[in-house]
Amino acid sequence: MAVGQSHIRKDVRAKVTGKTRYTDDFSMPGMLQAKYVRSPVAHALVKSIDTSAALAISGVEAVFTHADVPKNVYPTAGHPFSLDPDHQDVADRLLLTDHVRFHGDEVAIVVARDLLTAAKAAQLVKVEYEELPVCVNSAAAMAEGAPAIHDGGNIIKSTSFETGGTFSDAEKKAVTVVEGSFSTPIILHCHLENHTAYAYMDDNDHLVIVSSTQIPHICRRIVGQALDMPWPKIRVIKPYIGGGFGNKQDVVLEPMVAFLTTKLGGLPVKLELEREEGLVATRTRHSQTVTVRAGVSRDGTLKFLDLNVISNTGAYASHGHSIPMAAGSKSCNLYPKAVTRFSATTHYANIPAAGAMRAYGSPQLFFGLESVIEEVAREIGMDSVDFRIKNSARAGDILAKTGDLKHSVAMIECLEKGRELISWDSRKKQYADQQGPLLRGLGVASFSYGSGTYPACVEIAGCRLVLNQDGTIHMQIGATEIGQGSDTALAQMAAETLGVEYQAIHVVSEQDTDVTPFDPGAYASRQTYVTAPAVQQAAEKLKKRILGHCQLMTGEDPGNLDLQLGKIIQRGSPEKVVVDLTELALDSYYHKERGGQITAEVSAKTCTNAPSYGCTFVDLEVDVEMCTVSIHEIINVHDAGKIIHPLSAEGQVHGGMAMGIGMALFEELLVDPESGWIFNGNLLDYKIPTSVDIPELKSAFVDTFDPTSPYGNKSLGEPPAISQGPAIRNAIWDATGVKINEIPMTPKVLFKHFKDAGLI
Amino acid sequence: MFPIEKYHYASSVIDAVQALAADEKARVIAGGTDVLVRLHGGNSDYASLVDVNGLHELKEIRQDGEGNIFIGALATCTEIIEHELIQKHTPMIVQSLGTIGGPQVRNCATMGGNICNGAVSADSACAALIYEFDLLIEGVKGERIESINGFHTGPGRTLLQQGDILKAFRIRPPNYKGVLASYQKYAMRGAMDIATIGCGVGLTMDDERISTLKLAFTVAAPTPIRCSNAEKAVANRAVTEETLELLTEALVDDVRPRESWRAGKEFRLHIIKTLARKGLRQAAEMQEELT
Repeated sequence: MAVGQSHIRKDVRAKVTGKTRYTDDFSMPGMLQAKYVRSPVAHALVKSIDTSAALAISGVEAVFTHADVPKNVYPTAGHPFSLDPDHQDVADRLLLTDHVRFHGDEVAIVVARDLLTAAKAAQLVKVEYEELPVCVNSAAAMAEGAPAIHDGGNIIKSTSFETGGTFSDAEKKAVTVVEGSFSTPIILHCHLENHTAYAYMDDNDHLVIVSSTQIPHICRRIVGQALDMPWPKIRVIKPYIGGGFGNKQDVVLEPMVAFLTTKLGGLPVKLELEREEGLVATRTRHSQTVTVRAGVSRDGTLKFLDLNVISNTGAYASHGHSIPMAAGSKSCNLYPKAVTRFSATTHYANIPAAGAMRAYGSPQLFFGLESVIEEVAREIGMDSVDFRIKNSARAGDILAKTGDLKHSVAMIECLEKGRELISWDSRKKQYADQQGPLLRGLGVASFSYGSGTYPACVEIAGCRLVLNQDGTIHMQIGATEIGQGSDTALAQMAAETLGVEYQAIHVVSEQDTDVTPFDPGAYASRQTYVTAPAVQQAAEKLKKRILGHCQLMTGEDPGNLDLQLGKIIQRGSPEKVVVDLTELALDSYYHKERGGQITAEVSAKTCTNAPSYGCTFVDLEVDVEMCTVSIHEIINVHDAGKIIHPLSAEGQVHGGMAMGIGMALFEELLVDPESGWIFNGNLLDYKIPTSVDIPELKSAFVDTFDPTSPYGNKSLGEPPAISQGPAIRNAIWDATGVKINEIPMTPKVLFKHFKDAGLI
Repeated sequence: MFPIEKYHYASSVIDAVQALAADEKARVIAGGTDVLVRLHGGNSDYASLVDVNGLHELKEIRQDGEGNIFIGALATCTEIIEHELIQKHTPMIVQSLGTIGGPQVRNCATMGGNICNGAVSADSACAALIYEFDLLIEGVKGERIESINGFHTGPGRTLLQQGDILKAFRIRPPNYKGVLASYQKYAMRGAMDIATIGCGVGLTMDDERISTLKLAFTVAAPTPIRCSNAEKAVANRAVTEETLELLTEALVDDVRPRESWRAGKEFRLHIIKTLARKGLRQAAEMQEELT
């Protein structure tokens, strides 16, 4: 069995021995380097640009400004194209702007023979600005008379939905109602590999772009839109990538490098962002205000949830309104017996543009939701785990998004397992009466998530299998390996269905839009779920063709044959080897009269969306005087369906938990509300936690089998990063009696709240 | 890649002094953990460098016949941390340097650089103030010795003149013998961070009573400071709750924490008081355990 085992990952040996090549490891003769000229102010009009001093420097090839770039506004969000014009992403970008919308916006670009020369010249480009009033936060951006950041005003969209019944009826049935308002900060992805891309012309009208991207095929389309070129004339290559966390689910540098090479006679031009540029001038996680109202009936049944999100998308829309809406619809899978009313407003502001980031709006929404759930439970005197168990989704519940009843649902089992693992009941008693400056507390929070984007977007995936001369198989998939392990998981699936060893599958990891099967890319925790059907069908097809060739060779009826561990056997008698796959493969290629190269290719659409579930349990200590929190134990329990690769799954959960803890306790990008000036756009002042700040991370799984996937699997990429914030917040409340409705819960924030509560 | 415009690799201390004196923009580069960060940030004040990494005599850590301890200005944090002499006699230095950056930074960074760049937050500054370092400096006019007391003159400013090179730190026996010293770094994360507040406590006890308390802070004023009011307020007293109260009351007149986006003044003051109490209480407890 290949599925369910922790095989050696396909990419791991090359990565740990330094042989893996990333975009920056490639170079071409004559390659030029580009450097942006960025605005030092947050909101302004460009009055004039003087490039003469920059152009006078030896080695500078060209300087471009907004006057030189095509006037097509284009969207940047990494969503598949939508046939419905109303569902298409907001097109609000030009390659360079004369209307500066955030501190760091791109007003010009220098191309030079090397990066130092380009950087020096960029400093010499003189830009005259006419400063405009700045709005940074939601209140300022949505105020009447606020300065318009884009034509049409600052509010991008305001929408709502109701699900699970009639809201007003449910509201009447609730006897206890709790409400809370929660705020979350701007968070940065901090992937290891900075954004980098280069482009060159292959001939007179074909462009090649090599980029560190999660979405090669979407990138091809957007570059086409930005430069007004037919999409197939653009070829996007993605080598190995050093992480993205959603920040590379957006088209950032590619249209610019493509533009530059077309302007410079097809010479290769490269853009590599410095860390500090990458932190503020790519994408961020949306800062949101989440308001939650929850009502329960006398017996502790959750009757309604009323959720409202105000989402600050910053200077450009990017993924914009999709973020709160996606989180809203996925959240409805958690307490499906309650009637949910969800509304969200997304607006512009003079801060860096927010886009996709791991879990796509859910960490913010669940911070509010699971904090209020905690409060309702306590209000009615119920243990908070019991309350969640009573109201959580069960198998057979109607799930809002697709109306499917047939999914695996193990939310309750996750809660039960977590409760046991952290010794919830005994520690609750132990921590009941505490005094002094050191206080222990317990917290829990649940989440629900989806596996992909259906029915909001198309879910399409592809797989191509080729039988090699030696009986091994080359596998090409549209799924984009970004470090999450999709190559490995999909190879396991192919091996499983085909009947060969895992080692016999070689995955062609590099994505090249000219040759790889179509797939929009790595996002939405979709890759293993939506690629599984394509892999399974392609493997079945290939197997059938292999057995068909066996018939040509031996005359045996394929109906009586099977392929197991690389040998064609008689069905039911594994010891009776008819022909070895190696022999068959050579025959198929080189026999002068029969057969041919044996291949199979499938493009498959997925029209289901399996819900995945889980929770975080935490035991922590608060040092009230020092205003610090130390985590003693933290456990994530997941229902991600069948676990394809247990070790990778555990790694995925650990990474997500560390990110969730960072969001809960450490990270925030600080912007001056008056000027829009970014205070801490570097990794010293932006406090992403280090290895010493992250406690031992524990994970557990409740194995289920989701019938909508051929291999039973559901999403696991993003879910691990959702529920730490509310679990930690609930534990701090448990320890100190102080409710903190904002993250990150840094010492500064704890000081303010402890002081207000009279603890210090 | 860094925009370095001028570079001189010093062949001797005198050569370094001359190179620095000859170019008013020249800066010393030792471990590079501050200078290269500034260059990366485009700070052209650091474009002319005098590299002292070839001056191996500045790496020496030793003790002389009178018990004075010398730490070469070019000794890296790791070399100092791992040195037996330092571990035995001045453990607060080991503790303080261990909080700087991460292992890679400590392998490059020098204590000389940490003190000479004048940072208000320098993690070794509290130890320097508690052990009352002497600074052996070579300048255009020859060698001179400065005390750490008064060496820092403002944020990023010290008594060093253009052409000066720190050669070594000297710690005299009365300043470390019998002194129970420790450092508390309060920062927003456990590594790779600058202190929000740093607190050093050096205690000598006479029986149950405080004979001398040395209390030092970083980021509590425009320079690293000693707290003379607080130190006087608790002299000759037993370490009781009342003494801790006197300490924090007097301390308010010693410190001048600033309000910034990094941390508010009120929060900093709370942490200053908390660290002072905790530092003295813990030092007294350790003293009790030793006796």
